[in-house]
Amino acid sequence: MRAVLHALCFLAVIGLGFWAYRENYATQAALRDLSDLEDEIAGLRDALSVQRAEWAYLNRPDRLRELATVNFDRLGLLPLEPEQFGQTDQVAFPLPPELLLPEIAPDANPEEQIP
Amino acid sequence: MTRTPLRPLARILSARERGENPDSIERENIRLRQEKVRDRARARAEGRLLLLGAAFVIAFAMIGGRMGLLAASEPVEPRTADVGVPINAGRADLTDRNGRVLATNLLTHSLYANPKVMVDPARVAHELAAILPDEDEKLLLNRFTDGRSFLWIKRKLSPEQMQAVHDIGDPGLLFGPREMRIYPNGRLAAHVLGGASFGAEGVHSAEVIGTAGIEKALDAQLRDPANEGRPVALSIDLTVQAATQEVLETGMKMMNAKGAAAILMDVHTGEILSLVSLPDFDPNDRPQPLLSGDPGDSPLFNRAVQGVYELGSTFKILVAAQAMDLGLVNPESMIDANAPMVWGKFKIKEFENHNYGPLLSVTDVIAKSSNVGAAHLGLMIGQDRQQAFLKALGFFDPTPVELIEAPGAKPLLPARWSEITTITVSYGHGLSASPMHLAAAYATIANGGTLVRPTLLHSDRPEHGPRVMSEQSAHDAVLMLRQVVTRGTASLGDVPGYEVAGKTGTADKPRPGGGYFHDKVINTFASTFPASDPKYVLIVTLDEPVETSGTAPRRTAGWTSVPVAAEIIRRTAPLLGLRPAIEPPPSDAVTLARN
Repeated sequence: MRAVLHALCFLAVIGLGFWAYRENYATQAALRDLSDLEDEIAGLRDALSVQRAEWAYLNRPDRLRELATVNFDRLGLLPLEPEQFGQTDQVAFPLPPELLLPEIAPDANPEEQIP
Repeated sequence: MTRTPLRPLARILSARERGENPDSIERENIRLRQEKVRDRARARAEGRLLLLGAAFVIAFAMIGGRMGLLAASEPVEPRTADVGVPINAGRADLTDRNGRVLATNLLTHSLYANPKVMVDPARVAHELAAILPDEDEKLLLNRFTDGRSFLWIKRKLSPEQMQAVHDIGDPGLLFGPREMRIYPNGRLAAHVLGGASFGAEGVHSAEVIGTAGIEKALDAQLRDPANEGRPVALSIDLTVQAATQEVLETGMKMMNAKGAAAILMDVHTGEILSLVSLPDFDPNDRPQPLLSGDPGDSPLFNRAVQGVYELGSTFKILVAAQAMDLGLVNPESMIDANAPMVWGKFKIKEFENHNYGPLLSVTDVIAKSSNVGAAHLGLMIGQDRQQAFLKALGFFDPTPVELIEAPGAKPLLPARWSEITTITVSYGHGLSASPMHLAAAYATIANGGTLVRPTLLHSDRPEHGPRVMSEQSAHDAVLMLRQVVTRGTASLGDVPGYEVAGKTGTADKPRPGGGYFHDKVINTFASTFPASDPKYVLIVTLDEPVETSGTAPRRTAGWTSVPVAAEIIRRTAPLLGLRPAIEPPPSDAVTLARN
């Protein structure tokens, strides 16, 4: 009985040692991954701030104005004018369904209906 | 273990035979046995003590060893710390009110050299001079060979330049990372932003510090790591700013002015939506301050905030509003306006020696811009009350706007406030203030009489300052300003649908030696719109404008600042989402009749 217990303890120590060894290397690998990821995040963050600066630079009003002038033939963009404000009663809203005329069935031949 | 009996029979019997006491044998055996037990216990205790001692030695050795290791090793960042919020040590961005970037940081590199490890200084100096146009080959070579072991070559390198320096391939040339401040919109809002440069510099990083404008005024806030790099939203609207700048620049050229300034302000919150001063500069490449001549002519000079001018007739509405507020007059009261008015040895005349008198209503004093009428209003109010009113409006102190230049621009006040001062201040002479002061005063009138503090920071809530005048007199003053545009001196300022109300001001520039120039003027148009429910105040100032389309050159504000201001309103009001008031359409020919 005692010998079995000793053997079991010995096996347990061996097993725990193996587990600790594996955990150690797994942790180190995870830390390496984490630091790689952190580097990547920092790089992406830098890139993002560059992109943001670039976006602001490309959208600067001077440049947009020049582009609007150069492409006036195609786009016809002009500064916003006071006359471009409308009123809600100038907008054609869709009619309520009960006021819509019933649709004529496409297969009905109009000539046949004439008596 | 075999147990020895305490009384062994053999020894007892032989002892008895010898006539000895057998009990002594038993005692002797007990003593021996106890000694044996004691020895065993001592040995065990010693063993335990040894074990404990060894454990302590090992533990202390481990702690000591670990401490030694920690002390001797390079510090590293904790890798397993939570990846929540990274410490953001960068300077916070500046954005406009809609979040569009006005100032941000970009990572570049600086170039420095260690001449001690340089392989071929002559070749390096030659090639560097070819890459960096502002470096001199001989000077570089001198510095590389005079025995020093460190020198800065360039603070900011473009990526192309950096690659070219890499291609030289000398180990003595080294790079350090540099956060650099950039202003993607170039000259737009240059006077608001100011500029930035490097403070304390190291090889691995450098402080970015503001050198002017809001960058310097908010320097501590922008650099504070506790803000985690959150961008600071300014009240400026980039689109409106761009439109204002474009129109003002065109207007300045058309009116042959040497400088111009415009301020557009929300009357309820005091937010400055647009602040333009021309000529301007590029904050990415801030010019050096002028070493000779008038600093006011430098493009760095912010005419809207730093420029203190006699603002002329734009002051008349202040005196009229105060007179109405004190109950001295109402808009229809008739005022003595018989020109010229003689006061002691002074003679107060009207523009081009007109005489609008003998009597004018208060409304007409404003609409026709009568100096004499305003002077009489000022005399009715008196020196003390006039000073108190102007002080309440902020004309005695620098403006509180968040620019480093603002506290330095103190208004120029007369040394002694005599009656003639009261008269001249009533029509805007003898007291110099910046256009920003005027904007704040007009906003105070336009929002119903509560004080407005101009600000460059975005805020959503309306400002409830202390009341300076009653709501009724503020309302009447705005209606008077509207009359100036509909039938007075600012008739070119009417923008259909936006009910512009405003006051012109033409002030002769003071001559440096005393007296005034007759052909150099500062023209100001201070306006608010829409008059029925004022939302914005616009101040346009032109420096030395002259309008030459007529037979004689015209220098009055009505011909110069007013049309520029009108165009600015026409362009910016729709951008601000302001719907034009639609005039009622002409009624149909068929009239509704009822019997």
